[in-house]
Amino acid sequence: MRPFTYQRVSSPAEAAAAAAQMPGAKFIAGGTNLLDLMKLQIEAPAHLIDVNAIGLDRIEKTDEGGLRIGALVRNTDLAAHKKVREDYAMLSRALLAGASGQLRNKATTAGNLLQRTRCPYFYDTNQPCNKRQPGSGCAAIGGYTRQLAVVGVSDACIATHPSDMAVAMRALDATVETVKPNGSSRRIPIADFHRLPGNTPHIDTNLQAGELITAVTLPKPIGGKQYYRKVRDRASYAFALVSIAAVIQRDGSGRVAVGGIAHKPWRVETAEAELPRGAKAVAARLLAGARPTEDNGFKIPLVERTLGAVLSEARA
Amino acid sequence: MKFDTPAGANPIDRMKVVGKPTDRIDGKLKTTGTAPYAYERHDVVPNQAYGYVLGSAIAKGRINRFDLAEAKAAPGVLAIVTTLDMPRLKRGQQNIAYLFGGAAIQHYHQAIAIVVAETFEQARAATALIRVDYARERGRFDLATEAKTAPLFGGSSGEGSSAPPIERVGNFEGAFEAAPVKVDSVYTTPDETHAMMEPHATIAAWEGEKLTLWTSNQMIAWSKGDVAINLGISPKNVRLDSPFIGGGFGGKLFVRSDAVLAAIGAKAAKRPVKLALSRPIIANNTTHRPATIQRIRIGANRDGKITAIAHESTSGNLPDGKPETAVSQTKLLYAGENRLIAMRLAEMDLPEGNAMRAPGEAPGMMALEVAMDEAAEQLGIDPVEFRIRNDTQFDPEDPKRRFSQRQLVECLRQGATRFGWSRRNPKPAQIRDGRWLVGMGVAAGFRNNLLMKSAARVRLDGRGIVTVETDMTDIGTGTYTILAQTAAEMMGLPIERVVVKLGDSDFPVSAGSGGQWGANNSTAGVYAACVKLREQVAQRLGLTGDVDFTDGQVRAGGRSVALADAARGGELVAEDTIEYGDLDKTQQQSTFAAHFVEAAVDAFTGEIRVRRMLAVCAAGRILNPKAARSQVIGAMTMGVGAALMEELAVDKRFGFFVNHDLATYEVPVHADIPYQEVIFLDEVDPMSSPMKAKGVGELGLCGVGGAIANAVHNATGIRVRNYPITLDKLLDRLPEIA
Ligand SMILES: Cc1cc2nc3c(=O)[nH]c(=O)nc-3n(C[C@H](O)[C@H](O)[C@H](O)COP(=O)(O)OP(=O)(O)OC[C@H]3O[C@@H](n4cnc5c(N)ncnc54)[C@H](O)[C@@H]3O)c2cc1C
Ligand code: SF4
Repeated sequence: MRPFTYQRVSSPAEAAAAAAQMPGAKFIAGGTNLLDLMKLQIEAPAHLIDVNAIGLDRIEKTDEGGLRIGALVRNTDLAAHKKVREDYAMLSRALLAGASGQLRNKATTAGNLLQRTRCPYFYDTNQPCNKRQPGSGCAAIGGYTRQLAVVGVSDACIATHPSDMAVAMRALDATVETVKPNGSSRRIPIADFHRLPGNTPHIDTNLQAGELITAVTLPKPIGGKQYYRKVRDRASYAFALVSIAAVIQRDGSGRVAVGGIAHKPWRVETAEAELPRGAKAVAARLLAGARPTEDNGFKIPLVERTLGAVLSEARA
Repeated sequence: MKFDTPAGANPIDRMKVVGKPTDRIDGKLKTTGTAPYAYERHDVVPNQAYGYVLGSAIAKGRINRFDLAEAKAAPGVLAIVTTLDMPRLKRGQQNIAYLFGGAAIQHYHQAIAIVVAETFEQARAATALIRVDYARERGRFDLATEAKTAPLFGGSSGEGSSAPPIERVGNFEGAFEAAPVKVDSVYTTPDETHAMMEPHATIAAWEGEKLTLWTSNQMIAWSKGDVAINLGISPKNVRLDSPFIGGGFGGKLFVRSDAVLAAIGAKAAKRPVKLALSRPIIANNTTHRPATIQRIRIGANRDGKITAIAHESTSGNLPDGKPETAVSQTKLLYAGENRLIAMRLAEMDLPEGNAMRAPGEAPGMMALEVAMDEAAEQLGIDPVEFRIRNDTQFDPEDPKRRFSQRQLVECLRQGATRFGWSRRNPKPAQIRDGRWLVGMGVAAGFRNNLLMKSAARVRLDGRGIVTVETDMTDIGTGTYTILAQTAAEMMGLPIERVVVKLGDSDFPVSAGSGGQWGANNSTAGVYAACVKLREQVAQRLGLTGDVDFTDGQVRAGGRSVALADAARGGELVAEDTIEYGDLDKTQQQSTFAAHFVEAAVDAFTGEIRVRRMLAVCAAGRILNPKAARSQVIGAMTMGVGAALMEELAVDKRFGFFVNHDLATYEVPVHADIPYQEVIFLDEVDPMSSPMKAKGVGELGLCGVGGAIANAVHNATGIRVRNYPITLDKLLDRLPEIA
């Protein structure tokens, strides 16, 4: 960990102002990801802006009949919220499938969206990694890649985004609300929030430097049977090999987002048209153009089969 | 005390204290966070500074140069010592990797520098500022490649047996060729890391020539000697103190870089230094269980009798290293007149391979017990019955040597009844429970019992308190408690009147904790010392003839005196060592178990979840059924890890274990572990020691992986021979999905 300065702010406006004043500063919320990365000097901000006291810890109804989830709402509280459990069950399940009870008590909605990859080479600072150190190369490609991405990859990076919550939010068409350092605010559809690695894998999202997430909104409930199915080697406390967030309507239509296979929650709207034809057809569209490695080629049949499990449950 | 004839009746047989499921006497300290582990010993010496170890970024090559300018200028830095500051330190007797010194790099994350600073954060931050100029060399990192040319290995297995490169009994090839039923399969087990909770940690302080290490170590006497060799000082000037150990599993049998570098850092900084290896360097810096490639051939007659059995294993290690002795159990477990055993050892450039819980047998049984299942399947014989038919009561390589005790058949029979084995469908892939495919598997459990001399000192004071002192360690197994039980039984006291002090190299040298030998040998050492103390007490009290020690009283010839009275005039001190004759040569001493597992496999995703586990163990006298059960369920849990998830992933280009933290090296969590049942068969083994006990801590692991693999096969019809059995190895053979 490098020495850093630290400041507590008490409102979103103050947070934005602080960010404007201190380029290179980072917000800290639960700290469950940022602190680990700082200890390893994978992140080395010179200044930390603690946003835990800026409010934004409530879940409210929106005028459109959806929900606005404050950026500081803890994962535990979000998962337990009555409205979420009733109307957005997949989100609740996705959250509960992640991390551990203790971590979820600290982890926030914004922090969860912004957690960084779990690529093991990203974590080993002896190894070249374009995400950690732009231009240094990618040690993972050609190495141990069992956990890594199969779609949307580039020659620069094949990392995945590890969040479970974000996969459910992608299926639910959530929107991320922000404030920029200059005080202006904007709304970013979740589909446009995370990026593919391309030639700039060090940039995970389309947030600007110093841009503060204030909330995530969910559109009004879409009904249907909702699923979050996370597949992993051990029964708990592990990141997904593959996960599927799905809503299946009575008429067989629905939505599917996949975690553990790409640099962002993976959803291909045109693939959803294939839902009535079954898992194979959907997976074929979802995974078109996949570039798996020898280690992670199994994720291709695994997506298909996990989706098959979800569909068979939905039909039962 | 020399133990060279079978034990007769002795005071332990009373089993008033020994044999009871006593809670751990150190339990409260642990559950309240007050047991002093090495890194937390703030009080032992003032003015402690913090050390941080830098690990090599390359796996093989040399260091040309360090640039320390920035690191030295960093806040709080007191001293920096690099590996170029001294010639290569001599290796201790237990290890093959060099711990520090010199330019040569043998393996990834080899310690190359220590930074000492006022705070932990300063030490860590300064370490990150060290610039290193490496000259990388090519290395040998892929076992499968190196195995092709790996030479045969003969000689010592490291545990007392030595063998020619290929051991033969009868004519294996001829018998195998002629056998009507044959299995010929290759199994692989991966590299594994101990993943104990407490990292390697040491506080080092010099007082002139004298070095004290408050550390976390399983084998105090070995390590005292090895530290002295490493540092080139006299063992007389080294003291180790390790009263509590947060798990070791073999990873702390040896001196590791934490101890050596804390000492070097303390000398350089002229201050006591506290140091823990950071989790991400432990897997590559220390030792690990080496991967194996095992070929097993079993030939049998149609009646289910094995006629030929061969087990060959290949593993790799650094130069001068030993193989993983995965073939050991196959020499002893099943009958068969024609036998072949061989090991090959490839020289490689990965970190040092060495002991991890049940070295040899743990991976060996994972292969052998699947091969047995394959043979039973081909024969159409129930796998429990197949094992029973091939039981042997003597060493198949040397029929003159009987087993001192061998209740494998009883373990299997009792286990089968208890587990409801008869409900198993012998035809695989038949049982469906919703989306789950369900199956049952069985394996034998086997681990040898090792005899090691062990000393202890016992004191009796005027309050009637008995204090036990030995350099024995409690690695979380319950050693404090069983030693207290032993002394209490011997002296006729309740356990509350016994104090146990462990882990200090100034105490008499014990067997230490390893190879499941700790319990039997260290209690036998206390037994021996107590026999002497009893003699002193009787003499002091003027009692002769048959002296009885019960309820704090000493009785003989109609007289009864309080035990405490014997020490009124001054403390009584007795010390003795249990030493063994050749009882373990004339007879074979081993421990046996039967492991039963029910596993479910998700028909869609291939996820494997264990549903029930049972271990039936026959392992001599059980000194404390509660502690023993904890050992066995812990071992069974480790068996689930080995079977289903544990694997150090090797980067074959750069030569290191990639998943070197506990986020990426998965061990079982609570949700993975189902209902576990443990049964101990009644057994006393008078050949093992006056305690008539043997070990259970490793037995509980040996065979579990095989039972799980066999259950997965019974559930799915899929035979996975490459551990761990992860879902990707099942996917292409699971039922088609709609
Ligand atoms: C052992 C372990 C296991 C885990 N397992 C899982 C799992 O299975 N599934 C899963 O999904 N996750 C898992 N996680 C990750 C966990 O979900 C994240 O660490 C957590 O959600 C991050 O939230 P936080 O509030 O602690 O973020 P922090 O660590 O505080 O911050 C993370 C990032 O977000 C930024 N940030 C925080 N708040 C804001 C804001 N309001 N605006 C802009 N930027 C902001 C920070 O600057 C930082 O870059 C695991 C984590 C650990 C340590
Ligand atoms: S895959 Fe991405 S994160 Fe992993 S090493 Fe390559 S560049 Fe870094």
